[in-house]
Amino acid sequence: MISKNSLYIFALFLVLLGIFIAIMRHEQTQIPFLASEKKDVWMVEARVEFNAQNNTPISVNLSLPEDTMGYKLYFEQSVSAGYGFNMMQKDGIKRGEWSIRQAKGKQTLYYKAQIVQDFTDDMPLNKVDAKLNTKDDIIWNASEQVAAKEILDFAYAKSSNNITFTRELIKTITDLKKRKDSSLLLLKHSYIDVLSKLLTDAGVVHRVSLALELEDARRNQALTPVIEVLDKDEWILFDPTNILQEENKNFFLWTRGGKSLIDVVGGTNATVKFSMVKQNMPALELAKAHFDESGFGIFSVHRLPIEEQSIFKMLLLLPIGALITVFMRLLIGVKTSGTFMPVLIAMAFLQTSLFLGLLNFVVLVAIGLLLRGYLSNLNLLLVSRIATIIVIVIFLVAFMTLIGYEMGFNTGMSVAFFPIIILAWTIERMSILWEEEGAKEVLTQGSGSLLVAVLAYMAMVNGYVAHLFFNFPELHLIVIALMILMGRYTGYRLLELRRFREFKTIV
Amino acid sequence: MIDFISPFALRRSGILGMNSRNIEFISRYNDRKLFPLVDNKLQTKLLAQEYGINTPELLFVVRYQRDVYKLLEKLKDISSFAIKPACGSGGKGILVIKGREGDGFIKSSGVVIGLEEVTRHVTNILAGLYSLSGDQDVALVETLIEADAVFDDYSYQGVPDIRIIVFQGYPVMAMLRLSTKASDGKANLHQGAVGVGLDIKTGKPINAVMNGVKILTHPDTNHSFDTIKIDNWKELLLLASSCYDMTNLGYLGVDIVLDKNKGAMILELNARPGLSIQVANSKGLLPRLREIEKVATKRANLQKRVDFVLGFENF
Repeated sequence: MISKNSLYIFALFLVLLGIFIAIMRHEQTQIPFLASEKKDVWMVEARVEFNAQNNTPISVNLSLPEDTMGYKLYFEQSVSAGYGFNMMQKDGIKRGEWSIRQAKGKQTLYYKAQIVQDFTDDMPLNKVDAKLNTKDDIIWNASEQVAAKEILDFAYAKSSNNITFTRELIKTITDLKKRKDSSLLLLKHSYIDVLSKLLTDAGVVHRVSLALELEDARRNQALTPVIEVLDKDEWILFDPTNILQEENKNFFLWTRGGKSLIDVVGGTNATVKFSMVKQNMPALELAKAHFDESGFGIFSVHRLPIEEQSIFKMLLLLPIGALITVFMRLLIGVKTSGTFMPVLIAMAFLQTSLFLGLLNFVVLVAIGLLLRGYLSNLNLLLVSRIATIIVIVIFLVAFMTLIGYEMGFNTGMSVAFFPIIILAWTIERMSILWEEEGAKEVLTQGSGSLLVAVLAYMAMVNGYVAHLFFNFPELHLIVIALMILMGRYTGYRLLELRRFREFKTIV
Repeated sequence: MIDFISPFALRRSGILGMNSRNIEFISRYNDRKLFPLVDNKLQTKLLAQEYGINTPELLFVVRYQRDVYKLLEKLKDISSFAIKPACGSGGKGILVIKGREGDGFIKSSGVVIGLEEVTRHVTNILAGLYSLSGDQDVALVETLIEADAVFDDYSYQGVPDIRIIVFQGYPVMAMLRLSTKASDGKANLHQGAVGVGLDIKTGKPINAVMNGVKILTHPDTNHSFDTIKIDNWKELLLLASSCYDMTNLGYLGVDIVLDKNKGAMILELNARPGLSIQVANSKGLLPRLREIEKVATKRANLQKRVDFVLGFENF
């Protein structure tokens, strides 16, 4: 066994090394140690994929974003090996074009942009003229004409101007969608087309645009169609799936006025997917971190594609959860079911929000335990028992998602973030515990696990912690040092001071 | 009211904590490769036979499914027996048959079951239903222990056992474990059994605890624990201590039962014995373990080790 002294020296070495590298990185890249009251900076990445046709020149034309209300485009870059890249204005719309003489097989092109959220500045409203975009594809037939008129009259009666009219219209159609028999208009046409046509009929100046919903650490997102309505000199954005014109929803307009998002010549099956991460630091420094080509710039998570970055953002938080688990078990003496189960539960909470996560978890495990009680009568072997529980858990998750959806919480979906296998094992372990040690022990370990999970969640959700450990991964050396030190702690656990409280009278 | 003892007071009373037990004693004195000797009851038993140490008699072992069908023939002349999984834990999967009634078997609770239920139990053991890891297991068929009458007044069903902590071959602390109605006839302290601390030099009761609280009389039989008297205490210490020579595990929990006819025998060994024994004894283990660390040598033989403990003033 390594002596305690050399252990301390090793731990000290790790701590110093971590701090040293962090300071070096700070000096070189200027990334601040504290996430201060800076503007939100979004790194957005569009990932274009298509299959190249052999022996033909290829050109890919992607619509690109510009400064819009509340968002400023700070820096843009294209990463695509072998391709030439140009940005141009076409009909007043900004587009990027990649071209190559020939290519083979599956191609992946990246466009990265840095967007600064800033509602204070007066942004240029819109360079695209207020021309009606709409050459609507739809021509109503007779019965549709009647239905359309009815809806328009209804919305018109309940509104006072273009804004309220549009809101009422969206509301009316959304209500119609729920009643299947009366959604005549939606039978043959898509929702957004119908909405646009109705607005045209009513003579409201509007256009259909594609927007990106900004949400931290999302991958594989698609653009959402939105409606913009001209009111005085201002384009007002409406989310057609939501009647409330939500101010806080982070819509970043990508393409305006119904122009195609992507055109590929010489390729097939083109798709565009978007990934994004939110950062909270001065834009200039962030840009440096992302595009610096020297020294620490190269050995930095920021060099990865945004898609990988958003995975790492989660991954680099995991050690913090593990550290808290070690602390709670070895120094406090909290009993948990499964050593690192609480960390995984905490990761799930990060996706679902704390309250909903807790609720879902408790309900899932409780129902799972009830069903598992029946399974134990069947005398199954361990492997098939666990497998059965996994299927049961999946059913439960699907069921809860459905209920959540029907009740109108789209957060019901978030149940799916729970690690299914871990849940199944938790249920199995708790059930065995129940049989062998009784319900009290199940409650002790269950609440212990949840306590650790909640603490781990609170540490991981903290902005400062996330900022530090994402931008300075070397700080994990300090985490390791702490874990090592706790691993050789031979003193009492806090709860042992209670367990042996009788000895107060003896000493 | 949250009631805590200060860590300094706890240190003064010499209580061994979980972290200290794991790092300074189990991982230092118990070689991991020796763990199977005690985790597998069959290995323990065979080893004990080799060393001439008394254990409940092994009648036969059922290793394969095909042997299950010969069970009736093998049990022909045996009226009472216990079937145990070799790798079970916490007394799970033990079937006790105390007699026969026609073709049926009488369980300890008095319920009569048929042969098919006995064979199904054995099949489950073989398939690993009771082994924690879920691995395949073997079933041991042993003669039934007939508990010595000395503890009849202090136990509710179940067989009482004596747990002795043996450190590097020296017995350091002992406790009698008595089952209660609350513990469902099991002798595990955290399941609600009573732990009676025993003076390591004399075997006389010190005090008794149940669920971490001191008690004076058994909750089911209402007998006072003061009157407990264990004969031939030194023999028990020698028996426990000899398990060190047998397993080489430096930090060992030895569980001993007293049989009416065959006397003291080893029921089970434990390489990770719990800390509750300290509460039952109102004494911390740490000072005793430190004393032994000072004097222990590989050469001290069994007799010398036990004599040392019996003659040591600080214990």
